[in-house]
Amino acid sequence: MIAIIDYGVGNVFSLSSSLKKIGAECIVTDDVARICGAEGVILPGVGAFGDAADKLKERGLDKAVKDLAFNGKPLLGICLGMQLLFDRSYEYGEHEGLGLIGGEVRPLSQYIDGLKIPHMGWNSLDLQRDDCPLLKYTHGGDYVYFVHSFCAVCSDGGDLVATSHYGADVAAVVARGHVFGTQFHPEKSGEVGLKMLKAFVELSRQVGKKLC
Amino acid sequence: MLAKRIIPCLDVKDGRVVKGKNFEGLKDVDDPVKLAAYYSDCGADELVFYDITASSDGRKLFTDVLRRVAQNVFIPLTVGGGINSLDDFDRVLKCGADKVSVNSGAIANPALIHSAAEKYGDQCVVLSMDVKRVGGQFKVFSHGGRYETELNAVEWARFGQANGAGEIVVNSIDTDGVKGGFDLEMLNALCGVVTIPVIASGGAGGINHFIELFKNTNADAGLGASIFHYGETNIKQLKTALNEAGIEVRL
Repeated sequence: MIAIIDYGVGNVFSLSSSLKKIGAECIVTDDVARICGAEGVILPGVGAFGDAADKLKERGLDKAVKDLAFNGKPLLGICLGMQLLFDRSYEYGEHEGLGLIGGEVRPLSQYIDGLKIPHMGWNSLDLQRDDCPLLKYTHGGDYVYFVHSFCAVCSDGGDLVATSHYGADVAAVVARGHVFGTQFHPEKSGEVGLKMLKAFVELSRQVGKKLC
Repeated sequence: MLAKRIIPCLDVKDGRVVKGKNFEGLKDVDDPVKLAAYYSDCGADELVFYDITASSDGRKLFTDVLRRVAQNVFIPLTVGGGINSLDDFDRVLKCGADKVSVNSGAIANPALIHSAAEKYGDQCVVLSMDVKRVGGQFKVFSHGGRYETELNAVEWARFGQANGAGEIVVNSIDTDGVKGGFDLEMLNALCGVVTIPVIASGGAGGINHFIELFKNTNADAGLGASIFHYGETNIKQLKTALNEAGIEVRL
């Protein structure tokens, strides 16, 4: 069972449909007990960082997510959900993140020049590490679908699993232990994305079950 | 490198896909769910659904279709047609749309662009415009190209971007359905005034027209309808040809 955290940020219809498509059971919930009872947890998110971080806190979900990550339960942050895994963000002010992956979220415009923002569309992955269980079925050069105007910068380069080139090398996949993040949307990235979700579900079944 | 996108457009009326020439003489093509899955399998980068139904019964059919497509197809979906309010945004986003395209609704109420961008994010708001040359100017037409408005397309594109539109679809009425190629002159005029992605629409008749589009304009995506629906051009072959021409595509 995979729990998709519902905290009033963005639409999870496609994400739950894609999990169903690959044969994974999932629930969409903001209930801490149900989230903690799942084998793996997905933190989605679309919109502004500050607002999303506040909504997580209001529901007491920030602490629940940190706790389950510390316990080694597989956690996948998608898009803004990935950015929330970091220490802080400079999206319209300065906001504190979950601090599960070291680093910051900054405007893409600081790193690229003369290119359109948001970085929107299909871009190819350059793998920086080949041992990440999330990318078990993924190959360098596979295309995934991005929509973002801010990007994460890891303080420990070892957490950076894959990048995509858009004027600069943009963090596409990050991982520390069983905490994973994708800047792109696997649920919108066709077969490549479905296979990534499949790898996450498989890992959750292996690891997360023991931790329920 | 960011890939140029190929986007089939499905005009849906009462739950079926239709496509006309110069917006007239609609002809039934196929079941939208079947077509969407087919396009996704053969490499379409995104799908656009235009709901050209007028009745509320038809709208309900449309949201049912959208939900079924979104459950089965895992590439970005854009929905347009009959979007006049934030409630309309809500209705289609809940059924699995990723982006919502506004056209006549934004002409009637330009504030809709900003309020939707504020609520759902810039990436969600696509400003679609039907444009035709009138007296040496690019003029915006409303209601599926039926009525001329006071708006100049260049100014309207600038306004859209300034108010939070995340993408612009430029549909040339002059070249739509004619299959003589995209309207490169119009596209260059509009690409030159915005920094957000521009999707070219209207006039695709063959592979060469897409190569011409990406070589000669700064457009990010090419949209086509009848060219794909009737199987005249296969998306896989099209993308292979673009790749051979040195254009970055997702293969």
